[in-house]
Amino acid sequence: MSSAGKRPSQLTRNLSAKIASIPMMLTALVIFVGGTAWTVFYSFTNSRLLPRLNFVGFNQYERLWAAPRWNVAVENLAIYGVLMLIFSLLIGFVLAALMDQKIRFEDTFRTIFLYPFALSFIVTGLVWQWLLNPDFGVQAVVRSLGWTSFTFDPLYDQRIVIYGILIAALWQGTGLVMCLMLAGLRGIDEDIWKAARVDGIPTWRTYVQIIIPMMRPVFITTLVIIAASIVKVYDLVVAQTSGGPGISSEVPAKYVYDYMFHAQNLGQGFAASTMMLLSVIIIVIPWAYLEFGGRKHA
Amino acid sequence: MLDPSGPRGSRPRPVLSSRNIIIYGTLFVVAFYYLIPLYVMVVTSLKGMPEIRMGNIFSPPMEITFEPWVKAWATACTGLNCDGLSRGFWNSVIITVPSVIASIAIASVNGYALANWKFKGANIFFTILIVGAFIPYQIMIYPIVIILRDIGLYGSLFGLIIVHCIFGMPILTLLFRNYFSALPQELFKAARVDGAGFWQIFLRIMLPMSLPIFVVAVILQVTGIWNDFLFGVVYTRPDTYPMTVQLNNIVNSVQGVKEYNVNMAATILTGLVPLIIYFASGKLFVRGIAAGAVKG
Repeated sequence: MSSAGKRPSQLTRNLSAKIASIPMMLTALVIFVGGTAWTVFYSFTNSRLLPRLNFVGFNQYERLWAAPRWNVAVENLAIYGVLMLIFSLLIGFVLAALMDQKIRFEDTFRTIFLYPFALSFIVTGLVWQWLLNPDFGVQAVVRSLGWTSFTFDPLYDQRIVIYGILIAALWQGTGLVMCLMLAGLRGIDEDIWKAARVDGIPTWRTYVQIIIPMMRPVFITTLVIIAASIVKVYDLVVAQTSGGPGISSEVPAKYVYDYMFHAQNLGQGFAASTMMLLSVIIIVIPWAYLEFGGRKHA
Repeated sequence: MLDPSGPRGSRPRPVLSSRNIIIYGTLFVVAFYYLIPLYVMVVTSLKGMPEIRMGNIFSPPMEITFEPWVKAWATACTGLNCDGLSRGFWNSVIITVPSVIASIAIASVNGYALANWKFKGANIFFTILIVGAFIPYQIMIYPIVIILRDIGLYGSLFGLIIVHCIFGMPILTLLFRNYFSALPQELFKAARVDGAGFWQIFLRIMLPMSLPIFVVAVILQVTGIWNDFLFGVVYTRPDTYPMTVQLNNIVNSVQGVKEYNVNMAATILTGLVPLIIYFASGKLFVRGIAAGAVKG
């Protein structure tokens, strides 16, 4: 039991709390630190079907960056990532600003905007696969209305397939951004609006020059959440296109999975996942520094 | 804050001002766009294949048939198994229920220890946990495969439950830690003075006061675990695949004629559990994601 005496020893102090925290300690040390270190370590070996300690230096990374499939995956992730960030922030903020105008049916609108977020990426991907099906979906419907040369088949066109995935991802994710932004807007003092109105500043300028700068923490947090989810994007692609046509909609997370569990080339999978980790570190470290480095958190 | 709706004073503006037309017009157009996929899913699943081949995906069914639903549930094929999505559904139930209970039980005690029984080094582990939430799962997948294989749990249901507990821990621990920290500390101190210990205080004082946060955690976990695909596909075998994995295999299988109505019925069936939770929980769902996200 916990400390009853006056000067308990360091180890038995708070013993119950320590015992209760064992799962957390194990997860943090064994899985998060240990697992990550293990994968990074083995990415320097030529493991194939099974992990083996046969070091080959940066060989796996050289092969990774020479592989067309990996380069396509990285390029896709870059396009998807940049556009996803811009559009989900933009749409999310505009929706939140509209919702913040003391409108009627606010709950109904919010329910509608957020319901796709409750659905899995598999469901999202399959629905949009169907909607974008060139023989039955949007393209076929527009053609049947008389515009016979209308072409909109992103999932079957190598050059634009990533935008087809982006459409589905935006449908699924902007509701969350809207909710976070709305929470941010509601946190802003009503007096600021009154002051801006008294000074005769137009609404859009109040948003751009006063409100958005004030919402900086909300934007940063949202940015990090979106960015972390972008790097992980996997299920959506699997469901919507399976990486096709050809390899044109591959993403890094899928590359990792395929090389680890199908191509029996663990080394490549480890190297690719280490690259994913690196990209997240580049995103998270500056944020963590801004968020936790500057001031003390409760 | 996410404010409850309801009247907040009267608005002296005219109802049909150009401002209102722009606001409501935009919102209605966007709402329409958000609802279209759900609508198309439902109408497609209620049509027969001949009607789908001829018609327009947006048109309502001329003849409503529930056959695609029956087929999706009971006889759709994945590989050699032809017992429909029901198998995946029950697998998902068997996976989700214990995973939700175990992950919340572990994380709530963790959060309580972090909030009220701080010991040396506790915050280091917590920081690792929170940073770990941002690490791509892909980098930890294989070491976990090895660990589970070594303890003989790879491919088993129990193994997957452990995985869900591990990856649910950061967000849940954060949720509970923040909640317990916000409770009045006098209660805790009074109980300590009365000689209550770690578990006693947790079970008799903290638990009864934290029903709302448990509900939020359950919502978060049920939807998260039900919607999981990656862990299901990595850590289970074909006969224990969760619903999402089986759904993907049914719809994206290359053999046979594509039955779009059955596919859409199967898709709705898979989305139904999180959707019901979402519509039933309303504000709590929003609170869950906001609490998880904003403070993350």
